[in-house]
Amino acid sequence: MYRCRSCYAMLAPYFILFFIFTVLPVLTSVVLSFTNFNMLEKPDFVGWKNYIQLILDDDIFKKAFKNTIILAVITGPLSYMMCFLFAWIINEFHGKLRAFLTLIFYAPSITGNAFMVWSIIISGDRYGYLNGWLMKWAITYAPIQWMQTERYVLPILIVVQLWLSLGTGFLTFIAGLQTVDRTLYEAGAMDGIKNRWQELWYITLPSMKPQLMFGAVMQITQSFAVADISLNLAGNPSVNYAGATIVTHLMDYGSGTRYQMGYACAIATVLFALMVGTNQIVQKILRRVG
Amino acid sequence: MSSMIKLPRVRRRRQLNRSMAGNTVLFVIMGICGVFMAVPLVMIVNNALKPLDELFRYPPHIFVRNPSLDNFSDLYVLMSGSWVPFSRYILNTLIITGGGTIGHVLVASMAAYPLAKWEFPGKKLLFQTVVLSLMFSYTVTSIPNYMIISWLGINNTYLAVVLPAFAYGLGLYLMKQFMEQIPDQLIESARLDGAGELRIFFRIVMPNVKPAWLTLAIFQFQSMWGNTGSGFLRSEQLKPLQYALYQIVGGGVARQGAGAVVQLIIAAIPITIFIICQSNIIETMTTSGMKE
Repeated sequence: MYRCRSCYAMLAPYFILFFIFTVLPVLTSVVLSFTNFNMLEKPDFVGWKNYIQLILDDDIFKKAFKNTIILAVITGPLSYMMCFLFAWIINEFHGKLRAFLTLIFYAPSITGNAFMVWSIIISGDRYGYLNGWLMKWAITYAPIQWMQTERYVLPILIVVQLWLSLGTGFLTFIAGLQTVDRTLYEAGAMDGIKNRWQELWYITLPSMKPQLMFGAVMQITQSFAVADISLNLAGNPSVNYAGATIVTHLMDYGSGTRYQMGYACAIATVLFALMVGTNQIVQKILRRVG
Repeated sequence: MSSMIKLPRVRRRRQLNRSMAGNTVLFVIMGICGVFMAVPLVMIVNNALKPLDELFRYPPHIFVRNPSLDNFSDLYVLMSGSWVPFSRYILNTLIITGGGTIGHVLVASMAAYPLAKWEFPGKKLLFQTVVLSLMFSYTVTSIPNYMIISWLGINNTYLAVVLPAFAYGLGLYLMKQFMEQIPDQLIESARLDGAGELRIFFRIVMPNVKPAWLTLAIFQFQSMWGNTGSGFLRSEQLKPLQYALYQIVGGGVARQGAGAVVQLIIAAIPITIFIICQSNIIETMTTSGMKE
């Protein structure tokens, strides 16, 4: 009994703060999404009105939703596979070279706003690196306004997002590969495993299941939350909303100039459901596999 | 003599199931992607060293021709001209990143210990909730968070940025997974010696999970380093370094050079810390897997 008391005392500081800054906001957000609220007057209950408006009347949301899904469907699985592939290859190296390669691939994800360097690469005038090279090699003859041209915006955002997405999940895989029991590989070789692909499929992947599941959570959450690169590289609002995502749309209504908090909370709740739902489904699938 | 016999055996074991063709294909993929990853980083370094005429030249070169430190001295001049003394911005950053990091490591480790090592009612539910919180990003809760912080009366103070950072989910998750490895006998024997739980925590648990809390500190530092406190910190005297640096970059063409140095500084600090602590971090991440 005494032990329990001191154990709750140790849990208290974290979980009180966790409740105030994570659990309570999620609940508040869900409740407010059914109201009209402008931060000044009392919220009044409007039922499903916000959601109906969101789905039926909001053309920008439709575009933002589509962009978010495209970004998530492409960068989510792709970055997940990249994390694993590179970690797997790096695992063949040793010592200093290994540390160096880990650093090269991991560094973009921790450098804060370093992705702003891409704004020089894709700058719309001829001083931009991409335009400069394309013109030098005579592929194009005039600079292309990359971020002002609707069809280039999303592909560029995908490339930049992939560049900075090898984060926590990648480190988890690097570490996980080291823990795979070496004797399993030797035993596998005796049992007729002939090449690295069979080794990967029959030994490495099954041994790394816990890390694979954790990495999936990290990559999925990240891929749905793309916003900063869009705001900084494509601008807000981006040309014809080509770079709008659910998060930028949410910012428009929430912290922007509109102060339609009830509506913004409805957007947040949709995003929450999307992120948690996808994560749960992927966890279920990964648990089944192997 | 014996070492000479062992050497080829070690080599053969590493070559197990590895074909030359496979190696070549994979290392080529690795090389191409490595260059793709590294080029923007190389650009950041080179741009900081380019004189202004090289920043605007056609066709552009990645590598600097006549490196100069002009940009650094430009930035220094701009900094000394700012309205709030620059040392104040640095102090703010130290308070925000330092406070957020130390607080989070302490509070999250303290909560992780009972979750990893004791049995009590509600344990599973608490941990599941934290795992669930990893599945959505903080943008989802940004609006209610703003209201709650205003309601607590800590808006426009350091606490508005630091306090929520104490309770991030990732830290607790990593700590708990790592602490589960501590042998129970170690804790039991301390308990038999009559040590209190807090004493066990600080004297036995924490020293044993040093790689984990070091990792946690670095992850937390990285996320606090990226936090410009926008939205909450409105007084100029409370704003962190990054905010002030971005203000300088916003000054147009003439400040491109200083801006390039700002990019370098902001990118270099987290990278340096990662280099120093890489082996500890990898050790911690080995336990990060999700058990069923």
